Amino acid sequence: MSRMPQFLVERWTVTGRLTAAVACTLVLLLALLPGFAGGLIVDKLTTLLVYILLASMWNLLAGYAGLVSVGQQVFFGLGAYFALRLVDLGIPPYLALLLGAGGAGLAAIPLSPFMLRLKGGEFAIAMWVVAEAVRIIVMFDPLVQGETGTSLIALNSFDPDLRRNLTFWLALGSTAMILALTFWLLRGRIGAAAQAIRDDEEAATSIGIGVMRVKQIIFVLAALGCALAGVVWLASAITFQPRTIFGVQWTVFMLFMALVGGLRTFEGPIFGAIVFFLLQEAFGDFGVWYLAGLGAVAVGFALFLPDGVWGAVRGRTGLELLPTGAQLSIGGEPVSARPRVPRPGPVKDPA
Amino acid sequence: MLDAALQGILLGGYYAVLAAGLSLMFGVIRFINLAHGDLAILGAYLVLFCAERFGLSPWLALVLVLPVMGLFGWVLQGALFARTMRGGFLLPLLTTFGLGAVLQNGMFGLFGSDARSLGNAIGSLSWESWQLPFGISLGKLPVITFGIAVFVLVALQLVLSHTRLGRAIRATSADAEAAELVGVDARTVHRAAAAIAVALAGLAGALLAMRALVNPYAGPAQLIFAFEAVVIGGIGSLWGTLVGGIILGVAQSFGSLLSPQWFQLAGHVVFLGVLGARLYFSHAGRRGGLRFLLTGAR
Repeated sequence: MSRMPQFLVERWTVTGRLTAAVACTLVLLLALLPGFAGGLIVDKLTTLLVYILLASMWNLLAGYAGLVSVGQQVFFGLGAYFALRLVDLGIPPYLALLLGAGGAGLAAIPLSPFMLRLKGGEFAIAMWVVAEAVRIIVMFDPLVQGETGTSLIALNSFDPDLRRNLTFWLALGSTAMILALTFWLLRGRIGAAAQAIRDDEEAATSIGIGVMRVKQIIFVLAALGCALAGVVWLASAITFQPRTIFGVQWTVFMLFMALVGGLRTFEGPIFGAIVFFLLQEAFGDFGVWYLAGLGAVAVGFALFLPDGVWGAVRGRTGLELLPTGAQLSIGGEPVSARPRVPRPGPVKDPA
Repeated sequence: MLDAALQGILLGGYYAVLAAGLSLMFGVIRFINLAHGDLAILGAYLVLFCAERFGLSPWLALVLVLPVMGLFGWVLQGALFARTMRGGFLLPLLTTFGLGAVLQNGMFGLFGSDARSLGNAIGSLSWESWQLPFGISLGKLPVITFGIAVFVLVALQLVLSHTRLGRAIRATSADAEAAELVGVDARTVHRAAAAIAVALAGLAGALLAMRALVNPYAGPAQLIFAFEAVVIGGIGSLWGTLVGGIILGVAQSFGSLLSPQWFQLAGHVVFLGVLGARLYFSHAGRRGGLRFLLTGAR
């Protein structure tokens, strides 16, 4: 009988453990930040956290499950709208914000079996149509006053500093929770199954993956994440204008961050969100030409660097701060699951 | 009611022109161009530019602009779209969506934010109408638009059925690799299809600007309408886009009787209804009817 070589499947790497520890420490430190940092910094960081959350959710959908949605703003806006409605019923504002986001997450459940059966581009545009339809319906609500919009006046009863800090903690808590949940999901069966579906749905079905169930879990989690981002946005902006909050520009931003940072990596969108945040700070005043530039950069990345900055770094160095895959070693030798060569570019014609 | 139905049918003509290009690209290149609406608005702005700057008649300007749009489509396909298509369905969506953002904000930067119209340039045509019995009046412009739509679809049909290019397009759309084997240059065919599609988008944009106000950010809404018409009529079918456009137009026309917001909402509802019905009929038999909607079982 031939001897089986020793093999070992490792999910954690040393870098991975280290990064996770650093990330946890960072979250704790950030939680203490309002104690000694100025209001402006807290506000800016709240915005950055919203971006990180949005970018990660879009990557979860498009990068890991192959679901390109042009309508995630529906959950962003719906969370905020539900929160407004709940405050109107007399529920304390911050509780209402959480419940509103939860409600928008729940709304994704009945929507999912319908939407998730659509393929590729149809799913993308149908989500957009849903977002538009929901915006119009929300504008019928007298509370929202059509185009005018409304404000979450109840938040004005808080002391401004307290409100700023509570909103920041809401943003930090939501982002940390959703990202941790995403990481845990992606490392488990669901993550592997989702990527199998993304790469070949029929093949995934044939090996017994519950395609619809996996997609549903991811879709609902992404909806919840976007809704949390939406209520944080409402809490820091106070105003609720249907055209802005249900606007397709959110998807443009999400796409930009995820694409530039690196789809299909856990760290990429976080990096992309930081880049986007810095660009926004530096060039936001340039208005339309800045937005046109964002579009052009996104096109450039799609053409020349489709794995984004982080994907390129990982391709070159094999560095994974938070590994979502697994490392197989046979007889003590690590097997390279992902060959360390740059992703093959477009196939050149032999002629 | 009859009046609303007629206006809706005529509006459907505009949607057919708008959707024909999207449908052609989807059918031939298997490519959903999310910048289609923005390309339509670009066409509108180019015609506006020629009409305002050089005082050309909008129709003459249109004749000049359409080849330019076609050339733009050719270049876009060659330089941009073809490169992204090797990366699955994700990259084309990302690229064309990014292109849309460039076009919208670029037009805003170049032409300003004012909503503009060709209404003045076409003179009395914008408000003249024919009086029919039962107090119905048909605007001349919508009728002309509908006529152009039918003309465009007939012309496309003739090209597809009877010319060398048409045969090559049909062969490529059925199976690009097999078409290459029998000597069709699929890349050229793709570029030609993109050129036709973008020129049609430009035509639709100009027709839109004749009857309504356009602004640089009007593209996404037009893309949604075009896509709705394509899906309602059946993807990849030329005459289906006319049927889909008419259904969409009639739904919107009836919707606008309720309130202005219902104009758009009615179209969205019909579109989602058609998608839902399509899914229901393809799954219901096997999955035990309505239950699949509730359980989401595989």
